[in-house]
Amino acid sequence: MNWTTAIPEIFLSVAGLAILVFGVLRGRYSGPGNALVCSMLVLASFAVAAILIIGGNHGIGYNGQFTTDAFSSYAKLLILAGAALGLVLSLDYNRLEGLARFEFPVLVLLSTVGMMVMVSASSMMTLYLGLELQSLSLYVLAAFARDTLRSSEAGLKFFVLGALASGLLLYGISLVYGFSGTMDFNVLARSFADPAGVAPGLIVGVVFIVAGLAFKISAVPFHMWTPDVYEGAPTPVTGFFSTAPKVAAICLIVRLMGTPFGHLLASWQQLIVLVSIASMVLGSLAAIGQTNIKRLMAYSSIGHMGYALIGLAVGTAEGVRGVLIYMVTYVFMNAGTFACLIAMRRRGIALDKISDLSGLGRTDPMLAGWMTVFMFSMAGIPPMSGFFGKLYVFLAAVQAGMWTLAVIGVLTSVIGAYYYLRIIKVMYFDEGGEAFDRRPMSLSVVAAAAGLFTLFFFVFPAPFVGAAQAAARVLFG
Amino acid sequence: MIYAVAILAPLAGALVSGLSGRVIGDRAAQAVSIFVMVLAAVCGSIAFFSLANSDMEPAFVSLGSWVDVGTFHADWDLRYDTLSAAMVAMVTFVSTLIHIYSVGYMGHDKYPKYRFFAYLNLFTFAMLMLVTADNLLQLFFGWEGVGLASYLLIGYWYDRPAACAAAIKAFLVNRIADVFFAVGIALTFVKFGTIEFNSIFAAVPQHVADTYAIFGGSYPALEVIAFLLFIGAMGKSAQIGLHVWLPDAMEGPTPVSALIHAATMVTAGVFLMARMSPVMEFAPTALAFVTFIGATTALFAATVGCVQNDIKRVIAYSTCSQLGYMFAAAGVGAYQVSMYHLITHAFFKALLFLGAGSVIHAMSDEQDMRRMGGLAKYAPWTCALMWIGNLALAGIPPLAGSWSKDAIISATYAAGSGVGTYAFFCTVAAAFLTAFYSWRLLFMTFHGRSNADPHALEHAHESPFVMVGPLLVLAVGAIFAGWLLNNWFIGEGSAEFWRGSIYNLPGKDILARLEQVPTLVEYLPLGMAIAGIALAYLFYIANPRLPVRLADSYAGIYRFLLNKWYFDELYNAILVRPAMRLAAFLWHTGDARLIDGMPNGLAALAAGSSRETVKLQTGSIAVYAFTMLIGVVALVSVFLVFR
Repeated sequence: MNWTTAIPEIFLSVAGLAILVFGVLRGRYSGPGNALVCSMLVLASFAVAAILIIGGNHGIGYNGQFTTDAFSSYAKLLILAGAALGLVLSLDYNRLEGLARFEFPVLVLLSTVGMMVMVSASSMMTLYLGLELQSLSLYVLAAFARDTLRSSEAGLKFFVLGALASGLLLYGISLVYGFSGTMDFNVLARSFADPAGVAPGLIVGVVFIVAGLAFKISAVPFHMWTPDVYEGAPTPVTGFFSTAPKVAAICLIVRLMGTPFGHLLASWQQLIVLVSIASMVLGSLAAIGQTNIKRLMAYSSIGHMGYALIGLAVGTAEGVRGVLIYMVTYVFMNAGTFACLIAMRRRGIALDKISDLSGLGRTDPMLAGWMTVFMFSMAGIPPMSGFFGKLYVFLAAVQAGMWTLAVIGVLTSVIGAYYYLRIIKVMYFDEGGEAFDRRPMSLSVVAAAAGLFTLFFFVFPAPFVGAAQAAARVLFG
Repeated sequence: MIYAVAILAPLAGALVSGLSGRVIGDRAAQAVSIFVMVLAAVCGSIAFFSLANSDMEPAFVSLGSWVDVGTFHADWDLRYDTLSAAMVAMVTFVSTLIHIYSVGYMGHDKYPKYRFFAYLNLFTFAMLMLVTADNLLQLFFGWEGVGLASYLLIGYWYDRPAACAAAIKAFLVNRIADVFFAVGIALTFVKFGTIEFNSIFAAVPQHVADTYAIFGGSYPALEVIAFLLFIGAMGKSAQIGLHVWLPDAMEGPTPVSALIHAATMVTAGVFLMARMSPVMEFAPTALAFVTFIGATTALFAATVGCVQNDIKRVIAYSTCSQLGYMFAAAGVGAYQVSMYHLITHAFFKALLFLGAGSVIHAMSDEQDMRRMGGLAKYAPWTCALMWIGNLALAGIPPLAGSWSKDAIISATYAAGSGVGTYAFFCTVAAAFLTAFYSWRLLFMTFHGRSNADPHALEHAHESPFVMVGPLLVLAVGAIFAGWLLNNWFIGEGSAEFWRGSIYNLPGKDILARLEQVPTLVEYLPLGMAIAGIALAYLFYIANPRLPVRLADSYAGIYRFLLNKWYFDELYNAILVRPAMRLAAFLWHTGDARLIDGMPNGLAALAAGSSRETVKLQTGSIAVYAFTMLIGVVALVSVFLVFR
């Protein structure tokens, strides 16, 4: 039994338990200090896990339940980066909002473990295990500001709808199992070698599985929870939601479509195309009418998932490479955007209206400058990284002759540009309010790091493109 | 060398006063402008007289290469032959006087004056480039340059809507003619393979038989070229049909009217005919057309001039009419005579315009002759000078006009052709009308009972010397130019004077036949002029109620003339308004509705869809769950149907 494949996950799980115990034991000193120490420990374990992933060997372990390959390593590193950024963002916010409890970093860590298991899953059982570990932690995180009504509401809605999605997923898994007699991805792949002989019931099972996972990436029409949860959850949690779990879920879909259902490409392609188009269109249209910037970001992330799904819908290695590059650019520009949003605070009150940003260009040119970089990137304007993310997926679609997807993608980008550019307009051209509170160091660091990455991605895309290429070849060789 | 200085000095003046006028101030800019013009006038006169009094061959001053593409070459060359040098001398001389006059005339203007002087300099430079061009492209450069300067100066008072409209009208009408001109140049290049004058002229005899297919027919190429060039000339020289811009151009400051719209720019078309005479001579049909248009314009403009009440418009129609004379002469092959009249006309017409400017200046910007009268005692100098100008214009011997205009009338008679005879009658009738409207102007303005606003009369005064001085110089020219230049331009010394810069078909020697016309023809114009003066005296001094009664009893004819033969109304009806309607259609429907409509509609669609989509987000968890389930059902259906 090749148990070493799961060393990073095992390490993180053990570290998580240890940090939990540590936090409980220090309970009498419970407070901001304790939470800060635990957060630092979690960040340290993320770093160690990352090293373990880079140094770890590839292979299949646990009787075919768990697999590590270039794809999973790529995804896990990105997940760890997203989770670490999200955690850093929460440090000062939680302290200022009175949420600084040591359980927060531990929950982030546990959900991260769940995500890592998801992208390494090689069987429906592992998949479900990882998914639920992630989801349960996220439900709690959404309701972490339990004294505020909206956070509790967000957690509850997320939980109920998440449970429904899990039910759909489980039903799909059971259908697939019932028709094929196995849950192992590789065995499933072999049994579908001849797509003609596949039973309709099994296809229905695939649709249910896709529906369950589409909920996780908040793709239309399983996106309904997103705006409410994004708005209600504490802002760093929203930021975290929109980065690492999205990466995990989309990588999971890619693996699922690539390995067990790879031969059914002709069947599921149409499905992904529909979901992708619906997400792009709804994401760009519904965002226009928003006044709350967190809701706006919710629709923005729906739209971005639509773009990422273009790469999957193409069903080629180039397409998946596009997805993976898209996710890298997305994670960083999104984390940076949320760093700016968390900095929106006046006299100790956190703000989340778009109009609150007015005049930022004069009161805080630095923050407005980074925000401008991120908005340009989100809109896909060169030379920001967001442009290259879109470029690679559109390129794959065009190469595969899927012009409809590419054209709709470009059109919705144009609509999307409207509301991203509107934020820039509000910051620079609208009559200003008073300045924001002094922003903590952590936010400046994240904004600057993500901003520099976004701004200068075009200088060094080669390592990312190369790694994404290698990862994509594993699934769509 | 001196020649090049004469042409380039105004450019330097335009650059200095135009670009740095704001820095160096109005006085310095005026000083620079006038200095370069005096320099140019001195150099131009020296160049002209040294050419006229020597037996130099025509020469060139090369300034460098301009266009050199494939077989198409055009250089910046200054042509130094009699035709060009005479024009240079005249243009620089008149322009200098008008620059000086402008110092007084524009003295009370509320705008910075450096702009005005920079434009005048620029105009002079462009005009000089036009007349010294050695190829058609350079000529076209000058042609467009004077058009630009004319546009800028007509619209000089840019806060007056009428001035802006007049500037645009002048520009557009000239563009219409310029299209034909440009096509003519292109056709010349196609047929001759060159646009250099010497090469073209040398090759003309080889191309006499060439034809050019156009409008479903085949025509002699030289005729087509001549027609195209003449239509270009019609626009610039305000011949009937394309004359509508010239009266409106009087919205510009009066010195501009004198310089551009009387003495120099509008004569460019006549100059073009003379310059292209080696080609025109081989296009008899086109020449007949030139005579026809010229003679018709001479008569038409004179009739309109008889009933206008704006002092400047009377003189503007007079200019139009005199240009018609010049074309009539050019059309019968007497280019020398038309150039002769061009030069003498420049003196007395500039004199008349500047005199009118002096009157307007004296009357606090009043231009309507009905509100003048009896001004002789307020502005005696101006009155005397205007008399000289009108005597010259009407052709009373021995003033300038009598020499050149009588020569034109004789030339049309001597031509002997049918169209020549038509031109003879038109020009004789026009001579009568010319005298009539000239003295109508004099009587209404300077004599008789004063109808002026008493308030304006209080301020009425003689103009300062800086304005009267140039008038005196021009008056000397108006008196003596005809007598002085007769021998050179059309007399016995003409062949030696022109030295081949104007070409006459062998055997056509119309200049020689000028002397052989019957005595009656020689004295007819004078008789007509005296009759016209007498009639004007009868109408406006002896019995001032007569014209009113006449206008009442022949109201139709009067209105027809007063409305300038309804040319503007006709053009408005068949060209301007349909074009405006088309433009409005393209704007409202094409641009606003279709081109703007598409993005606007899409934007509205996006915004509307946004509102609807947002409504889906009710906040109810049951609706959310229901949506998810509907989604699953939809996807399963799609999947099973399209599998």
